[in-house]
Amino acid sequence: MTVTEEATQTLVGTSAPRKEDARLLTGQGSFVDDITIPGMVWMAVVRSPYAHARIRGVDLTKARAAEGVVAAFSGSELADDWMAPLPMAWPVTEDINNPSHYALAADKARYAGDGVAVVVAASRGLAQDAAELVEVDYEPLPAVTDVEAALADGAPIVHDEFGTNRCYTWPLAGGEDVDALFAEAEVTVEERYRQQRLIPNPMEPRGVIASTVPATGEVTLYTSSQIPHIARVTLALGTGVPESKLRVIAPDVGGGFGSKLQVYPEEALAIVLARRTGLPVKWIEERTENALATHHGRDMIQEIALAATAEGKITAVRVRLTVSMGAYLMIITPGTPLLGAWVYGGAYDIKGYSFECSGVFTNQTPTDAYRGAGRPEATYAIERAVDALARKLDKDPVELRRLNLISEFPHDLASGLTVDSGDYHATLDRALEMLDYDGFRREQAERRERGDTKQLGVGFSTYLEMCGLAPSRILGALRYVAGGWEAATIRFLPTGTVQVLTGTTPHGQSHDTTFAQVVADRLGVGYDEIEVLHGDTSVVPLGMDTYGSRSLAIGIAALCSATDKIVAKAQRIAAHGLEVAEADLQYEAGTFRVRGTDRTMTVKEAAFAAWHAHDLPDGLEPALEETAVYDPSVFSWPGGTHIAVVEVDAETGVANLVRYVAVDDVGTVINPQIVDGQVHGGITQGVAQALYEEAVYDENGTLVTGSLVDYLVPSAAELPSYELDRTVTQSPNHPLGAKGVGETGTIAATPAVVNAVLDALAPYGVTDIDMPASPERVWRAIQEARS
Amino acid sequence: MIPAPFDYERAGSVDEAIELLGSREEAKLLAGGHSLLPLMKLRFSRPSLLVDIGRVDELSGVSDAGDRLAIGAGTRHHDLNNDPLVQEHCPIVSWTAGLIGDPQVRHRGTIGGSIAHGDPASDLPAVLVALDAELVIRGPDGERTMPAVDFCSGVFDVALGPQDVLTEVRVPKLGPDVGWSYLKLARRAQDWAMVAVAALVTRSNGMIGEARIALTNMGPVPMRAPAAEQRLAGAPRDAGSDTEYALSEAAAVADQGTDPPGDVTASPEFRRELARVVTKRALEEALSR
Repeated sequence: MTVTEEATQTLVGTSAPRKEDARLLTGQGSFVDDITIPGMVWMAVVRSPYAHARIRGVDLTKARAAEGVVAAFSGSELADDWMAPLPMAWPVTEDINNPSHYALAADKARYAGDGVAVVVAASRGLAQDAAELVEVDYEPLPAVTDVEAALADGAPIVHDEFGTNRCYTWPLAGGEDVDALFAEAEVTVEERYRQQRLIPNPMEPRGVIASTVPATGEVTLYTSSQIPHIARVTLALGTGVPESKLRVIAPDVGGGFGSKLQVYPEEALAIVLARRTGLPVKWIEERTENALATHHGRDMIQEIALAATAEGKITAVRVRLTVSMGAYLMIITPGTPLLGAWVYGGAYDIKGYSFECSGVFTNQTPTDAYRGAGRPEATYAIERAVDALARKLDKDPVELRRLNLISEFPHDLASGLTVDSGDYHATLDRALEMLDYDGFRREQAERRERGDTKQLGVGFSTYLEMCGLAPSRILGALRYVAGGWEAATIRFLPTGTVQVLTGTTPHGQSHDTTFAQVVADRLGVGYDEIEVLHGDTSVVPLGMDTYGSRSLAIGIAALCSATDKIVAKAQRIAAHGLEVAEADLQYEAGTFRVRGTDRTMTVKEAAFAAWHAHDLPDGLEPALEETAVYDPSVFSWPGGTHIAVVEVDAETGVANLVRYVAVDDVGTVINPQIVDGQVHGGITQGVAQALYEEAVYDENGTLVTGSLVDYLVPSAAELPSYELDRTVTQSPNHPLGAKGVGETGTIAATPAVVNAVLDALAPYGVTDIDMPASPERVWRAIQEARS
Repeated sequence: MIPAPFDYERAGSVDEAIELLGSREEAKLLAGGHSLLPLMKLRFSRPSLLVDIGRVDELSGVSDAGDRLAIGAGTRHHDLNNDPLVQEHCPIVSWTAGLIGDPQVRHRGTIGGSIAHGDPASDLPAVLVALDAELVIRGPDGERTMPAVDFCSGVFDVALGPQDVLTEVRVPKLGPDVGWSYLKLARRAQDWAMVAVAALVTRSNGMIGEARIALTNMGPVPMRAPAAEQRLAGAPRDAGSDTEYALSEAAAVADQGTDPPGDVTASPEFRRELARVVTKRALEEALSR
């Protein structure tokens, strides 16, 4: 009786209190900056103030003589310390121009913030004092910080050896002949959008400590990273520390948003300097340094064209991207825009698709993955283009979407991938109901009629997302050098408590909680009896880390396989202990029962039997510990409808987000509160791109939005309470039916907000605006439309 | 994050602070620290000595001085925002103090520090200019007073000698005939103003007797809008088209004589437009209060 009751209690689907909270909220977390190692010294990086300058000489005399200084080096002095350049793991084409990128520039500085020298001293302050004394003889060169200007004749060349700033051009086409579809189209729209450059701004900037054991050559690297495994293999290759002697630990990590899906110069430098000095070397990034030296996101020109019937049925989508790589190719710089390549057709049933992306070098901080990575860009382009088509046809944007939404699953996208599941009409229906669409249009019409200074606008984003990176075979076909599989280990300890080890690496996603919820349900172990371990390459199984909404989609799929293996082994032990055949046992939530009896053995009891191993079935290995590795066969496909309502003050240009409705379908939800949190944060970052944030460079290539005073990350005060709901279509390809939620909000929100701003400005004749839709941009758009 | 090396002394009194300021070249006063410390952490400001006046009691608090209020320069924005005397007699000051930065800034920052920093984007200086406030300054040669409008001379440039301490701000009590407004347009709640407008309107026999308008971030110093003020003197004040017409005409010239800066949030041209729009709205609000 009690067993049955317990069996029906499941943690998956409930907002179990976060295991992380007590520790983090009471200041007991351990971030890199909380870690001190005896004898530790501090590193400071001397950065180029010029966007482009030849380095004629570096004089370290004064710095080396300064108080507390242990060592100081220029880029050329460290040249022999590298076995390989910093990693670039995604050479997207065979003929890609891939410059060698070392931790310190030796010949030329190629962006403002490029490291040119390094100082190690007894304290952080002394290191910074000495860094000021490094004298670098620069010959400033003309710089280019605009992606289209970089391709023009006579543009300054970032990497002289290539003679061009073009890095690569990568095409994709699928479905019916796109030229023919455009030729026969009754209506076409051609749009051009600019994705501004963004700075990811995690709450915790980066930080590194490298510590060596000189006698053995072992190195431990603490780093605020999303990817300790990838960091280990690439830093081993770069520094010559054998991979087996390099331990990488990502302790508590305070956010990443892709910016810590990277292997950075400072990680490599700390290792090399620890090796040279024999001392633990620490570096903590400053906020203003973060703006320059941590990779940026987006920054592209998008040209998108739609072919459609007179009725508004979209038949083909053609896309051309020109993307800033920044000054160097970092780990997945070239591939980042391509993560959107398959989804510029959005959630719409189209026949033909063509896509081309060109990467271009500029004298700016390198770009790379930023929350959503490629897919927010794709969603922005198609959702705005669909609104443009609605305008052209004088159709309601909702009706146009309904006409085009994919409605049968599985659906083969014209771009070549298959969407396994979804119900886009259901999310749209629910979102419209929450909005009260008719009521909204009435109020909007009233305001328009009376010429109100404050106009209302509504914007839609009926998106799909491709996440759960990624099937290894597909990654291989795309020339990405690693796989996309993931590993999980479950280890029963003698007392019945459980260690869960994952190769994924949380930096705010609540793995401790959600992984424990899944294991508690499947193995009948108490939630508080489960410890989830991650982020230490010497502790957890070899894995592929956390990005692209993959921890649930892939990491938990591996975890489910591991629980299956545990149950299978425990069942043999239980059958042996209960003296029945395995087939006579019925398993439910941690308990094996001999069918039709009250004779039971729990997995915990089996685990104890496996540990003492006094009486195991012949040939069965002792201990109850299983590892599973999961390689997905397909991508994961969340989708949904987001609706933004903005109020635009036509006199001041201020656009206020007044309502935000989001209905997402992320499949099975493990922890609703955590999912809501992901959606809240995601939406906020999407809104931020639409209305607030922009990395602005001046004509000299200086980043003028280098602090949080000028780079406008919005706060709660600027945002309404979001109205969230969900529909659920389970993924047929995930053991729990889950899909991943880390990026949905950011992917969906930006076009919803910009479409809403343009809807509000429709009475003035405005049909286009660049992001962020700042007061001045809105005001100017109105002035220009009037004149 | 780490300032260049500096020394630190805590002053027990204003006179001690004056003496300490004279003990070193490049000594700076530290009050709330919310303007100075960020500049030091960026190493843009490198004082040799910080003289901390944060605990000088004589600098803190508000007192009734007849037809005026005397506000100690060390009074923190949060306290100013919540002070009953200020709320009753000069609500434009308490209101404005509540718009500065965020709660953390308001609990540390002081009115004196805000003025002495000389940042044209700060809120209180324009309000004090509109109020014709008087500032009390003490230096090695004793005490002097100065109209607020003469205090700021340029961006981050004010009429304080190296050993001077701003000790008190004297603001007039506003009678029931005075309507007021301080309207601030900022990108985010915590930000400095793109543009803000302080407006004080004295009602007199169904007319506007006197209008005083001061603009934030429309030039190197807080500036009055004399053309707009002149247009309003003697204008009708009751809700109606004549009043509306007068306000519009006044607002249309609010940016005359200004020299607005350009930055990533707003160009000079856009700031002029905002000054006109916000002036109109501030005047409407002042007339309604």
